[in-house]
Formats: sequence, C-alpha cells, structure tokens
Amino acid sequence: MNNYQPVIGLEIHIELKTSSKMFCQCSASYFGKSANTQVCPVCLGMPGALPVANKKAIEWTILIGKALNCQINSFSKFDRKHYFYPDLPKGYQISQHDEPIASNGWVKIAYKDQAKNALTKKIFRIRRVHLEEDTGKLIHSKNGTLIDFNRSGVPLVEIVTEPDFDNSDDVKRFLEELQVIIRYLGVSDADMEKGTMRMEPNISLRYQKSKIKNQKLPNYKVEVKNINSFRFVKQAIDYEIKRQIEILKEGKTPLQETRGFDEKKVITYSQRIKEDASDYRYFPEPDIPPLVFTKEYLDSIKVPELPWQKVERYVSLLGIRYEEAFILTRDKNLSDYFDKINTKFKTQIANLNLKIQNPSQLIANYIVNKKISSQLPPDEFINKLIENLKPKEVDKNLLEEIINKVLKENQKAVLDYKKGKVNAIMFLVGQVIREMKGKVEARIVREEIERRIKR
Amino acid sequence: MLLGKSVTEILALIKNKKISSKEVIDYFLKRIEKYNKKLNAYLTVNRSYKSDGSDKIEMPVAVKDNFCTKGIRTTASSKVLENFIPPYESTVTRRLIDASFFILGKTNMDAWAHGSSTETSDFGPTKNPWDLSRCPGGSSGGSAAAVSSYLAPAAIGSETAGSIRQPGSWSGVIGLKPTYGRVSRYGLIAMASSLDCPGPLTLTTEDAAFILKIIAGKDEFDATTAPNEVPDYVASLKKKKKFIIGITDEYLNGVDGEIKEAFYQLVEILEKLGHKIKKIKLLSPKYSISVYTIIQRAEVSSNLARYDGIRYGNNRTFFGSEAKRRIMLGTYVLSYGYYDAYYKKAQKVRTLIIEDFKKVFKEVDMILAPTTPIATLKLKEFEKYPFFGEMMDVLNEPAAIAGICAISFPFGLTKKDNLPIGLQLMGRWFEEKNILNLTYQIEKETDFLGVIKEGVKNYPD
Repeated sequence: MNNYQPVIGLEIHIELKTSSKMFCQCSASYFGKSANTQVCPVCLGMPGALPVANKKAIEWTILIGKALNCQINSFSKFDRKHYFYPDLPKGYQISQHDEPIASNGWVKIAYKDQAKNALTKKIFRIRRVHLEEDTGKLIHSKNGTLIDFNRSGVPLVEIVTEPDFDNSDDVKRFLEELQVIIRYLGVSDADMEKGTMRMEPNISLRYQKSKIKNQKLPNYKVEVKNINSFRFVKQAIDYEIKRQIEILKEGKTPLQETRGFDEKKVITYSQRIKEDASDYRYFPEPDIPPLVFTKEYLDSIKVPELPWQKVERYVSLLGIRYEEAFILTRDKNLSDYFDKINTKFKTQIANLNLKIQNPSQLIANYIVNKKISSQLPPDEFINKLIENLKPKEVDKNLLEEIINKVLKENQKAVLDYKKGKVNAIMFLVGQVIREMKGKVEARIVREEIERRIKR
Repeated sequence: MLLGKSVTEILALIKNKKISSKEVIDYFLKRIEKYNKKLNAYLTVNRSYKSDGSDKIEMPVAVKDNFCTKGIRTTASSKVLENFIPPYESTVTRRLIDASFFILGKTNMDAWAHGSSTETSDFGPTKNPWDLSRCPGGSSGGSAAAVSSYLAPAAIGSETAGSIRQPGSWSGVIGLKPTYGRVSRYGLIAMASSLDCPGPLTLTTEDAAFILKIIAGKDEFDATTAPNEVPDYVASLKKKKKFIIGITDEYLNGVDGEIKEAFYQLVEILEKLGHKIKKIKLLSPKYSISVYTIIQRAEVSSNLARYDGIRYGNNRTFFGSEAKRRIMLGTYVLSYGYYDAYYKKAQKVRTLIIEDFKKVFKEVDMILAPTTPIATLKLKEFEKYPFFGEMMDVLNEPAAIAGICAISFPFGLTKKDNLPIGLQLMGRWFEEKNILNLTYQIEKETDFLGVIKEGVKNYPD
C-alpha cells in the first residue's frame, strides 16, 4: 500500500480525413504518397501564401465537440503558435489558443468489474477540443535529414482531458471508447499505428495523506510521447508511475520533462527537459477572420447515436446482456447490421410459430459467437437463423432405440429419479441428446423419458 | 510620341493600331536602360517579352518586388530572398496579366517594406527623380520613382501605413491605398498582415481607377478579401459629384508652412467647385503611431519566422538591421506576460480609432489632409532615427490602422527646393469611388499644378 495517487491527463490528436488540407486545396490523404507531391505554396509556407480555412474540418470539429458533450462556442478564432522546427515551414502553427471551438465536455465509460462482477461507470471530463494543422515529417537517414511536407497542413483536432485519470486501465478504456466514438462520426480512421490518432499522457503523482482526497495538483508533470498503441499507453503509464514513486520515496521531485517510450525495453526515457512553459507568443491569426457560428448552423450539425448510447439502448430497451451489447457496438457497421436484422427479424417472427424469449439477445448471441457469419447480407442471415430455430424432424425409431439403450445403461439414474431425485432425469436427457448428435430437442426427449419411467 | 502618356492613352493607341505592344515595351526597356542605373528604381527587369505576331495587347506595368511573380525573381529587397524565384503568381499580378498587362520589372523597396525611404533595401537606395540626392519615399519607392521618371506608365505598390501614399507624395505621382480587404494580399510577401494593402501608383486618376478595377475584388485565396461588389471606378469618375469634406487641425500640427499653404489653396478651390468644407475633430494621429508600431512589429516578427535558414538559400544572418530591430521588438510585445500590456491594448485603441473615423464619416464624406509633414529628405537622414519612418508616416497611419481608403496626389512644388507636395483624401470603407471622383475633379480643375507632367519632362527620351 503506497500513498501516492497518480494524476493523469491526456492530449489526443486526431487527424481528420477531409478530402483537402486545412488551409489549402491539396489532398489531405498523404499515406503512402511519394514525398512532397501533395504540396502547394500555402502548405509549404511560401512567401506571400495565405491560409483559407476548410469548412468541412470546422464542421467536423464541432461534431466531435458535440459527441464529447462539449459546449460549442459561438465565437472562435485561429491563433498563431510560434516555435522553430524544420517540419514547420511558416515558423508558426495555425492553431487555437484561448477560444477553442469546443470546451467543457465529458466522456462516459462503463466496464464489467471482474472482481465485483458489477458494471462500473465513470465520467472523464474534456477540457477542450480545438482545430489546428499538422506539420511536415522529418525523415532521418545516414546522409542527413529530409523533409516531407505531404502531411503539412492536414487538419488535426486536439482533444485535451482534465487530469481525471488515476490508473492506466481507465486510460486505455477511455482511449478505446474515444476511438470508437470518432469512428462512429466518420471523421477519421483514428488509427494509432498510422498516426491518424496520437496521444500523449501527462503523468504525475500526488501524496495522499489521509482518506480525505487530496485535490491539489502536483507541482510537476511528465509528458510521454511516441506511443503508437493502446497497449503501449498502458505500459508507459505503469512504468512512469513506478519510476516516479521511486523518486518521490527518496524525497525528491521528478523532473518536469518530455519522455519517449521504448516499446522493446518497455521503459520511458528522457527526451527534453522543460524548465518553464514554452513561450509560443500566441496572437490571433490575422489572415483568417474570426469564426462566428449561428444557432441554426450549430443545430444543423447532428450527432449520430453514439456507441455508449447504443449499449444503453440495447441493454435497457432490448434486454441484451451488457457483454454482447458492448461487443456489438465496438464497430458501427456491426451494430448497424445488428439493428437491421433485429428490426426485420421481429416482423418476420410474428408469422412463424416459434417461441423465443428474447429475439434480440438471440440475434446478439448468433452474431457475437459467430454462429452465423455477419458477412452475409441481413436477409440471408435471417433465413439461416430461422432455419436453425425450426423444430427438428426426429427419427422416431432411432430415438426409441437410443432411449432404450440409455435407460438400460443407466439403471442407477433411473432408480434415483424414481426415488424422487428429479435432477437425475437431466443426466439421462443429456445422454440421449449426445447419442442423437444434437438432432433432437431436449423438451421432446424429456417428455419421452418421463412417459417411459412412469409406465 | 509616348513620353508621359497614361496607361489609358497607350492602350487606346495600341487598340487603334497606332503602335504595337512590342514597340511600347521596347520603349520602356530603352528608358530603363538609360535611367535605371542613376535611379535604381528596378531590381529586376523582365526582358522576356516576345511578340507572337498577333495583335495581343501587352501593356507594361512595374510591380513592387514583394509581389510573387511566377518565374521572375522576387526578393522583397532582402538578401534573404536574393535568389528566390516564386513558383506561383500573386493574385494582383495574375489579375493584371489576365487583363493584358506585362510585368516590365520588379521595383526596389525598403527591405521587407520596412521603411519610408527605400534606403533599407539590401540592393541600394532608389533616388528621388526630382533630386538624386534625396530619397523617393518608401517603402514603394522604386514604384513611385519608376512612374515619376516615366520608366513605367504605372506601377503596383503596397501599403502597410503610408508606403504607397508617402512615396507617391515625395516622388510627385498619384498613390492609391484601397480599403483593407478590397485587394487580395495572396502572393504579397507579408509585412503586417492585418494592414497590408496593394494599390497602384499612376500618372492620372483615371489610371488609378482603371487598375483598381482590375485588381480589386473577392479572392478565394485570401480569406480577408471583402465580398463587396467592385464598381466601375472609371465610369464613376465622369459625374462631378458634390461632397462634404472634413478638415482638422490635428492633421496640420507640425506640418511645413509651404505644405499648409498648398492645403489651404486646395480648400479654396474645392469650395469654389461647390463642395462643402467642414471642420471636424479627430483623434490625434499620434495615438496611431503607438498602435501601429506595436501591431506592425508583432506581425512582422511572426511573418518573418518562416525565413529560418532552412529554405530559400540564405540564412538569418542576411537580415538587415531594420528587420532585426523589428523582429526583436515584435517578439518582445508578443511574449508571455507582455501580450496583454502591448498587443491587446493596441488592438483596443485600434478599435477606438476605427470608431472615431466612423463617427466623423457620419458628418463628412471624406477628409482632406497633407500626406506628409515635410517634403522629401536627403538620403541617409533616416538612418539617424530608427522611428523616423513612423514620424514621416504620421498622417498616413490613422487611415491604415482603420483600414479606410485614401489617395495621395501631388499639389504643387516647394519654392525653396522645387520638390513635390502631396495632399490626400481619406474616404469611407469601400468608397474608393468617391475619393477617386474628387481627385479626378481636382485633376481636371488644376492638373495637380503641373507637377506630374514636369516630373516626366525631367527625363526626356
């Protein structure tokens, strides 16, 4: 038992998949393209070139803000953030400083707590969502460093959380939920490996004197970069917590710094010491007029049903177990597929003489357990499902023969049943079904056996 | 035959087959050959013209060297861009080329447009055609000198605060600074983005109107251009409209006696023409100096950040001392903890200045004032005072800060040194039509007291 409580906040970058870049007409899809082929004077930061903001990217940022339950600000603007780096051709990044498009939101996560076997729900606050441009890419080689500007100017959404996390599992769950939300919105592939989703955790620890929660933020924080999978995020955070506890135990304060993550050694390593906050000399971007959104415009941007809302609907309205509901909703296509089948099947089932307790759960089981392939068109899926549910034609003679055989071989069970051990019959039923290779319903077998034994 | 002819006149000659485009271009190239060494108005001369044998009109025009011209070296008079050949065309030059203009050459300027004398150019100063020991004004000094000495029939300049009007005034030609957002800045190497305005320097009001009509209007590549319709500025010259013209003592404080005399002489003429003169109160232009200095330096420090030595060949040691001074001051006012005290405060005062003009423009249609407090200075006088440019532009800065339109025109010569005097009209936002209309009336009535014609005569063929 230690008295240190982790304080973790996240910065997440999402690259939008708009067709053109943030401030020019160049194609925003640069993956796999040869270097410096998707560029123009604007994204190369040439003398005299001017940015013109991409409307779609602004709309999508508002959509993300809404999906994360943020307040959408009716006034917003772009600012210049100055720093020197070879991949930043203007010497500043067009970003948003004090008037982000969205702020003060939250994301809900829910998961089955294995220990308690109960559903745990948690809320994590979103501080802000803003829009900016991506930078070029440095390519290091033996002969020197080259710059590829294909990525320069691709729209990038930055999502900043409050430091609400205290363990790496919650961070991982949150990121997975966020990724699913972004994919539902269809605004980005949010792929960690391809770098269309990037994240940097800020980690520090605070001393917990008593049970009363210490709310003060620690006087330092460590940022970890270069993490390209959810698994590595967890590993990096766990490593950092251990490392920082060691330092704190010695009575020292960990350095305020940026660290990288080495996925082979599963350690973090120092990259850059940050003595003070960087001075980015922010000021309003004079080349782009401020953004003013009307209520009508903001209202016209509609958020689709989100994964956590679907889970809640499946569980409470359709009576599906949480586990299946969760799996079904991880992929929008899969849950849409489920929704389609669920609606259709219910209309068809009325005409069939089938007794099904919860058709939605049944479909969910079939999809999740892959009893029927979800690659099939919905109609074919339903046909197969109905086929599976129809009462099976039973070979009466074979059944008779097998029941006789089973009863003969299990005299003890028969006796037990006769003595009043009701459960013994289930053993006999099971034996018969096994011999019949499942081609008979338990109900029929049971009735048949009961009839015999009584007689 | 061509000496002193305006763009409109030359175009009529070409259209009527009195002369070919080739002959016109050759004529100006010959004059450049003859006089440019002395004046240093052009940094780059475009000798690439080849007639294709057709009647295609190609009307020569000079362009300040901070407009990107595809395939023609563009330096902004800085060694940092000494070898920069833009791969793209600025909107202003694109529109000119589309309207049958031919870029005759790129004109000298203060490096990065930092200055009011063209002496901060890394390629040597431009001389004032009226007196070679004096400066032509700046930063569009090369453009003003080229027109004044008839090395071009017209030129494009750019103004951040006075850089068209002030050299226009000191070199004795017309300089039009349009409303901010009227003309696209795309491809104009940025000085202070929230103030920069391209505009023409010409021999006649009609040419100024003609060129403005071509270059003005919404540009999909510049988000700060206004969607306002572009009127036919030339057609609207013809009707002699009557205006209410404001004058104010705030703009006459510290102004040279001879310039004041010219000012009152014009006031009398305007009254005689039936216009109404009204005394107004405006905020002292001195407030604009502080606001302008802070905003401009801040934006300069940001806009020059891209010249980091990685691209364009020459590194940061190639920056001249004026650019370095501005980068340092701009960096300082944007620094953490100082932003609110300087930049934010300056923006607030800027709003007050705009409100002040709005109030005044409810009473009057335009404001008449001198363009500069004194006539042109001897070369090297600027070097003694880092902020001398601001002082010389004191009468230009309020209009720049407010983003309104203004036009400077010559009005007589000083008796002592025989140097051009410039007066200006400042109009409401997007009412270039009105200031052009009145300037045209003044031109018809007074011929600008003969200044422009006399200037050209100093440079015979």
